[in-house]
Amino acid sequence: MWYYEKKLQYPVRVSSCNPQLAKYLIEQYGGADGELSAALRYLNQRYTIPDKVVGLLTDIGTEEFAHLEMIATMVYKLTKDATPEQMKAAGLGAHYANHEHALYYENAAGSAWTATYIAAKGDPIADLYEDIAAEEKARATYQWIINLSDDPDLNDGLKYLREREIIHSQRFREAVEILKEERDRKIFF
Amino acid sequence: MNQPLPPSYYELLEEIQAVDFVLVELTLYLDTHPEDYEAIGQFNQFAQQSKKLKKQYEQQYGPLRQYGESYSGYPWNWNSAPWPWQV
Repeated sequence: MWYYEKKLQYPVRVSSCNPQLAKYLIEQYGGADGELSAALRYLNQRYTIPDKVVGLLTDIGTEEFAHLEMIATMVYKLTKDATPEQMKAAGLGAHYANHEHALYYENAAGSAWTATYIAAKGDPIADLYEDIAAEEKARATYQWIINLSDDPDLNDGLKYLREREIIHSQRFREAVEILKEERDRKIFF
Repeated sequence: MNQPLPPSYYELLEEIQAVDFVLVELTLYLDTHPEDYEAIGQFNQFAQQSKKLKKQYEQQYGPLRQYGESYSGYPWNWNSAPWPWQV
């Protein structure tokens, strides 16, 4: 089971109300390479992957939920005081019509989250390479959002999250090596 | 949460976040380096430090965790500290 802890993994601050940035940032909430996809992808792969890497998938999957909460906090803080006019000007008029200020699992273009973002092949190497690619894509997305953002407080949190993607990618690469070693040990001539 | 929080709230919270970050990092590292004796020593040392800081936080601001992982005051005080997106 899971225990919730009533704190963010890393402090989230924003300089000002900025629904335009929220619109970009929602990509990491409900987009293909976002934090929801990441958490569900890793936790779902655990059941059929060799025991040696189940701990890692559990722990990274759990950390992704902490990141999801950070993104939610950023989006909430960037939009909570926005007027309908400001939402409309930021391209969030359609979002406002359906959800008011509520968060929704959608990408920056407004498409709802879908399970087709997640692969589960059942082949440990295929799944781990999928995970490495997902981390690299998420890292790149954080960089593109930082490039679009002029909010130094927001960028502090985004840079932290970008660095976490690098660590996760690194750990998944090590997991691949662990499985390759294991596989090679099982081959007898 | 009606009253503004004192700067000491943010200081203690950030101290906990820093210690817990070390624990997250060591956890993932140990998942792929399970025989690093020194890292396990650090992990256990920081785990102890984290528990100590959270006890201090909870005495002042209320529970951090639920389902019996934190103690409750009277009345039930799960709502007493602000939620993470409110600070």
